[in-house]
Amino acid sequence: MSNESLPPFQALLDEHGSDVLGYLVATVGPHDAEDVFQETFIAALRAYEGLEHARNLHSWLLTIAHNKAIDHHRARGRRAVPAGDAEEVAGSVPSSNSRPDEVVSARDPELWRAVSTLPPKQRSAVVLRYATDMSYSAIAQAMDSSEAAARRNVHEGLQKLRGEFA
Amino acid sequence: MNPLSDKQLEKMLKQAPAAADLDRAVQGVLAQAERDGLIDVAYASVDSPFGRLLVARTDRGVVRLKLPGGRDGQISDDETLEALATYVSPRVLEAPSRLDEERRELEEYFEGKRDHFDVPVDWSLTSPGFRSRALHAVARIPYGKTKTYGEIAKLAGNPRAFRAAGTACGRNPIPLIVPCHRVVQSGGGVGNYGGGPKMKRALLDLEGAL
Repeated sequence: MSNESLPPFQALLDEHGSDVLGYLVATVGPHDAEDVFQETFIAALRAYEGLEHARNLHSWLLTIAHNKAIDHHRARGRRAVPAGDAEEVAGSVPSSNSRPDEVVSARDPELWRAVSTLPPKQRSAVVLRYATDMSYSAIAQAMDSSEAAARRNVHEGLQKLRGEFA
Repeated sequence: MNPLSDKQLEKMLKQAPAAADLDRAVQGVLAQAERDGLIDVAYASVDSPFGRLLVARTDRGVVRLKLPGGRDGQISDDETLEALATYVSPRVLEAPSRLDEERRELEEYFEGKRDHFDVPVDWSLTSPGFRSRALHAVARIPYGKTKTYGEIAKLAGNPRAFRAAGTACGRNPIPLIVPCHRVVQSGGGVGNYGGGPKMKRALLDLEGAL
């Protein structure tokens, strides 16, 4: 049996759901994070039985999440702030038309405003590095880039954040 | 102006999403997985007078029921779910609504209002051969009746294999629904039980078999 070492899929939701949702809130915004989270885990569930081994399931899930976030941006077309409006991402000032349950709170609003304005690649790289603790090689894998590009994206993203956030 | 340190940034970015948001997102996944028919093994906790049961089912029927006490009680839920992932399918998800019928029948049974189970059984976790034949024989013992290990061995095709019949009962993946508590010692003792002998006696008592 090729998949005999795979853990029950529920364990993936329990152990990595928080990181995946955190990543998606930062990349597609709280309004759409839930939908993209669902697309991510349904795609993972469909592919799960075919997985050859159970190594790096965290990276595997974030790779799928990253691809779903890109699909999401493409589907919505180019926008000035692809993450959705900065207020929503910050979660501090719910606009009058957003339902209370759509507001993701408990993060520093200024920081999230700044993160949401980063170019998509830098935003993904920074969030993967600092919110989900991934190594540069795992980030490179998730973003389908070189490790050098992953380092550069994190570095440039950080510089921008420091500039805006100091 | 203090430049933001990596540590500060990490600390701020690392705050997990609110529990309520995560819970809602996870529920969305489960609902979609169910609509798309992607759950191979659904499981849920079911309360009983003896403690919490873990019940798992496939499309074919109940595949595992973990008792709270005895030897089953020594096994963690995680280990039980890992075994299901390995031997049945890794697409194991907690989906309580898929087990509503099982929950209802078990509750009625414990209240003494039900003398048989209508929910089907999935025998995937029972090895074929003698063990399977023995447990199929156990499944046919009526409510309130008992058989000895020797009688089960005979029904399974090997009258002398009463010890093996005991082992088959001990490895019953679906106690209660496959009523191994109705198999007793020939000398009159209740014998061992996966959920502990105390529970076995209580079940036989409930059924008026003692």
